Amino acid sequence: MSDSAAADGSALVSASGLVKRFGDFIAVGGIDVEVRRGEAFGFLGPNGAGKSSTMRMIACVSPRTGGDLRVLGMEPDTQGPQIRARIGVVPQGDILDGELTVRQNLQVYGRYFGFSRAHVQAKATELLEFAQLTEKADAEVEALSGGMKRRLTIARSLVNDPELLLLDEPTTGLDPQARHLLWERLFRLKQRGATLIVTTHYMDEAEQLCDRLVVMDHGKIVAEGAPNDLIGRYSTREVLELRFPPGEHDGDEQTSENPPTDDLKDLADRIEVLPDRLLLYTADGEGALAAAHARGVRPVSSLVRRSTLEDVFLHLTGRSLVD
Amino acid sequence: MTDTTTRTETTRPPGTTPRVVSSLHASLLFVEGAWTWYKRNWKATVVSSVGLPLLYLLAMGLGFGSQVRPGALTGGVSYLQYLTPALIATAAVQTAAGESTFPVLSGFKWQKHYLGIAATPITPAQIVGGQFIWIGLRLVTSCGAFVAVAAAIGAVTSAGVLLSLVFAIMTGLAFAAPVVAFAASIGGEGNTFNPLFRFVLVPMTLFAGTFFPVSSLPAMVRPIAWITPLWHGTELARGAAFGTLRVWPTTGHIAFLLALIAVGVALSRWRFRVRLAS
Repeated sequence: MSDSAAADGSALVSASGLVKRFGDFIAVGGIDVEVRRGEAFGFLGPNGAGKSSTMRMIACVSPRTGGDLRVLGMEPDTQGPQIRARIGVVPQGDILDGELTVRQNLQVYGRYFGFSRAHVQAKATELLEFAQLTEKADAEVEALSGGMKRRLTIARSLVNDPELLLLDEPTTGLDPQARHLLWERLFRLKQRGATLIVTTHYMDEAEQLCDRLVVMDHGKIVAEGAPNDLIGRYSTREVLELRFPPGEHDGDEQTSENPPTDDLKDLADRIEVLPDRLLLYTADGEGALAAAHARGVRPVSSLVRRSTLEDVFLHLTGRSLVD
Repeated sequence: MTDTTTRTETTRPPGTTPRVVSSLHASLLFVEGAWTWYKRNWKATVVSSVGLPLLYLLAMGLGFGSQVRPGALTGGVSYLQYLTPALIATAAVQTAAGESTFPVLSGFKWQKHYLGIAATPITPAQIVGGQFIWIGLRLVTSCGAFVAVAAAIGAVTSAGVLLSLVFAIMTGLAFAAPVVAFAASIGGEGNTFNPLFRFVLVPMTLFAGTFFPVSSLPAMVRPIAWITPLWHGTELARGAAFGTLRVWPTTGHIAFLLALIAVGVALSRWRFRVRLAS
């Protein structure tokens, strides 16, 4: 069974009508997802969208309430331990044994997969190298920086050479340098052919890491595709951002003495009104800016940029990814 | 490499392929992890699990005991010797309290090691099994150390104390089992444990027959002592040390302790499953 499902191109994870309820609260409201071998797949959405609940069901630590789910061709309800033996999990926040050394964390964890002591020793050395933690091997985990802890968590999730790696918000809470170092390690895993599933509420992370993603909101999937496809489908090539002092554009209904939205309507395919700025969706941002200036619109500052997944999310839900 | 490994797994040497181990094996792997931690941190646990009962033995047995004449109440032996088997049971309950409260809550909340393990092939029920084997081992070592010191200062009367040791460990587990289930059910910062220590553990230590017989309590409060595991454990431990065990009371005491263990373990399995896999 599992062998046929593991053949190239077939689904490592397939869900249909997948539901997770906690009492009356619907965390995941019936989603269809298929993740194929070798791809990096993302769940993008704000906090509370149902991403982590979905991940926990795939990781076989949370039974589904309804629908169908197969992981590595197996049934999570009855074959949880068999599935967990072959996947790796990087949970949200670092779940490490803080009072053990870095190396002990890898060795103790590896033993839970039925490995011999000799094997976990060799594996720990190899993973320390991969996570660039060799020099910290005998340090207590408590003393590590946030980025190091995250790399150790990822190293630990690789101890069983997983066919599928689940990463829940992998870079939340890290500084930019630590994020880039982590992304670089994840790229390396991707190149080796690992299958990754990532949840994130950072659009740059989704764009960097994911071949394909679904956008989630309120437990539902609102869009699916490759990052560039989604941007092409739901946004324009460029965005002109015009920033105004608070209360001086249509976002604030009390004072509309200087309401540029109506004046600018024909300059863009679509306009989003945020509390402090206007977003003009157009193929030619500089052209729109020049035209706006010509009409006497005087923003505090302006910026022309390319569309991102953030714009896709804004278009689909009317809200921002990050509050 | 990645393409071929999945196909050649069966030819790899044993111990290098991830696999699902048996339940007992899984629980023992948990114990192995706990042991790895203990080797680095054992010193902090010695004071509470061995030191405290020894202080009781010295203060009450030697100090206060010097004012107590051996008589019918102490079965003819010195108060120190009368106290020793009961204090083994008390030591067991002290250790059990230490091991089944904050370390368990921490597994969910601070260190979160249970959450980490739950992501591996190990199941919540196997974690519970490992946790109780570990508590049992801690009881064996700390009570064993206590008996050794007690014997060295002449507080032990017979080899029957070894059977007392077995009953004491049973008593410790009977106290730990429901407390583990309780610890797996609470949130917060563990303040909820304070009432447990103040209103259960300390009164139990003082009034459940360790220092004087329960029969000298007012008739109305005696039933409270009877439902504590420590009273049953104390009766068993003393009976074993002084050769006064009788069939039916002994059976009753053992049945009570085993029932507490069974109920506590069942509740713990349920609470761990709810908290780790829901």
